[in-house]
Amino acid sequence: MLRSLKLFKTHRQALPRLAVSQGPQFSPSFLRASLLQTSSQEPVRTTGKQSYSAEPRPVLQTEHLSRIVSATRLVDDVSISVRAGEILAVLGPSGAGKSSFLRLLNRLDEPTRGTVYLAGQDYRQLAPRELRRRVGLVTQTPFLFPGTIADNLRFGPRQRGEDLPAETIALLLEQVGLAGRAERDTATLSGGEAQRVSLARALANSPTVLLLDEPTSALDDEAKAEVEALLGQIVRQHRLTCVMVSHDRAQAARLADRVMFLKGGRLEKIGPAREVMHVADTLH
Amino acid sequence: MLQILFTNQLALGCTQAAAAAGLALLVMLIARTREIHLERETLVALLRGIVQIIVVGSLLLLLLRGPAWTTVLLLAAMMVAAAATSARRAAGVPGAFRVSLAAIAAGAGTVIALMTWAGVIDTALTSLVPIGSMLISNAMNTNSLTLHRFRSEVEAHGGLIETALALGAAPQRAVAPYVQASCQASLIPALDSLNSLGIVWIPGLMAGMLLSGADPLYAAIYQFVTIAMMFAAAGFTALLSSLLVRGQAFSPAEQLTLRPQAAALPGGSRSGSK
Repeated sequence: MLRSLKLFKTHRQALPRLAVSQGPQFSPSFLRASLLQTSSQEPVRTTGKQSYSAEPRPVLQTEHLSRIVSATRLVDDVSISVRAGEILAVLGPSGAGKSSFLRLLNRLDEPTRGTVYLAGQDYRQLAPRELRRRVGLVTQTPFLFPGTIADNLRFGPRQRGEDLPAETIALLLEQVGLAGRAERDTATLSGGEAQRVSLARALANSPTVLLLDEPTSALDDEAKAEVEALLGQIVRQHRLTCVMVSHDRAQAARLADRVMFLKGGRLEKIGPAREVMHVADTLH
Repeated sequence: MLQILFTNQLALGCTQAAAAAGLALLVMLIARTREIHLERETLVALLRGIVQIIVVGSLLLLLLRGPAWTTVLLLAAMMVAAAATSARRAAGVPGAFRVSLAAIAAGAGTVIALMTWAGVIDTALTSLVPIGSMLISNAMNTNSLTLHRFRSEVEAHGGLIETALALGAAPQRAVAPYVQASCQASLIPALDSLNSLGIVWIPGLMAGMLLSGADPLYAAIYQFVTIAMMFAAAGFTALLSSLLVRGQAFSPAEQLTLRPQAAALPGGSRSGSK
């Protein structure tokens, strides 16, 4: 019994301190300001030691990132870097490790080898909660919490003891095309609406990186086009750095700046969309 | 009917056991026609049950005049066995045995110690061991239900739990609804026992006291006492095991590790790897 209690305690100690994001850059007022901003000023500013003068500093960088589960290499030695404000699409056949790769980026799974640098910092040095606030995720199926749309939007900030103001909720909902529906019960939403809520909920955390796991593939054609257009618009508007898993090449070509192609967990090719799509075609 | 045929109590007992086991096997056979396969489990459980209870009966016979510490030892051994039984039920939950042992020992142990101290339970081995064992077995049932329910809740709601984590929630917060649900669900049998006491069932202890010629009113009141103690032990156990098991579903880096086995294999689920 003692041992078990001790284990439990150790586990709790292993949990990091609560999020430290009390700085002004994460406050709702900043969010509000950034939402209203549409100018194309310098994207995310970084203040690390090792800044590269020539190229924009990578916001997200993977180094030999691998995940092996029972001898299966789900993700195998993937090293890439994503620049600030860039949209990178992850393409590949099913079972290629696209989703597994994405899950490593916000550390929902643990890398077997390698790591991820977030703005130059090894993400294992960050508290997982703070990391996940900074790296938002929109899943293929929107998992909404029971309650209203507003409840869902408030969830993230509330974890850090912040109360998302009603104006911010209204603004976010307006951006995702759900203006005035804050008090609607999430049980009554259509697939497209639910995915919009899921997106707004991720944005409510003011992330710098947004991970999208086939965000439109569970939607019908009409909703798909709408959500896709919305995503492109929002990602640019919030100047988010974005990694998007897709199985739809046309969509990747429409949204992404660069494309990476995974096969059997390995990085086959990464480059500007047009170029990599061509390589991908010849592979089949 | 059997009593007429047998004069030897032991022979009578064996025949009665055979009759009861036969009925259990019959139920199992009927279940089989409905594609519910319990053969192996029922047979093993029946055999185990009879062997174990005979061993305990013999032990009691030996310990009847033993020193007081043998009682404590016996109850401790029962707790370990209960934890092992419960942990088997929760296969796939890491650390299930430790969680079960802690929850059962603390849940049943507290009630046994308090009530013995207060004089509700007699310190005589013949009273402490049977009543203690009832409390322990009740704690075990509750613990099994808590762990089982927790596992299925977490496995069924992996998407929501990971969504909460991905939004920066603490693991405790992400599983809170399922901890609550498993704790509540596991207490239903104990609550029902309390509610239906005397109406649906006249439990073993009261039956035993009546058989041995105790005052029926005292037997009834004491039966309530034991059921209330059982509920207390069950409640303690459920609270503890649901709190303890919560930590077992996550890695130190706050990743949900308690996931359906199929999801651990690539392509097993959309959510990817283990």
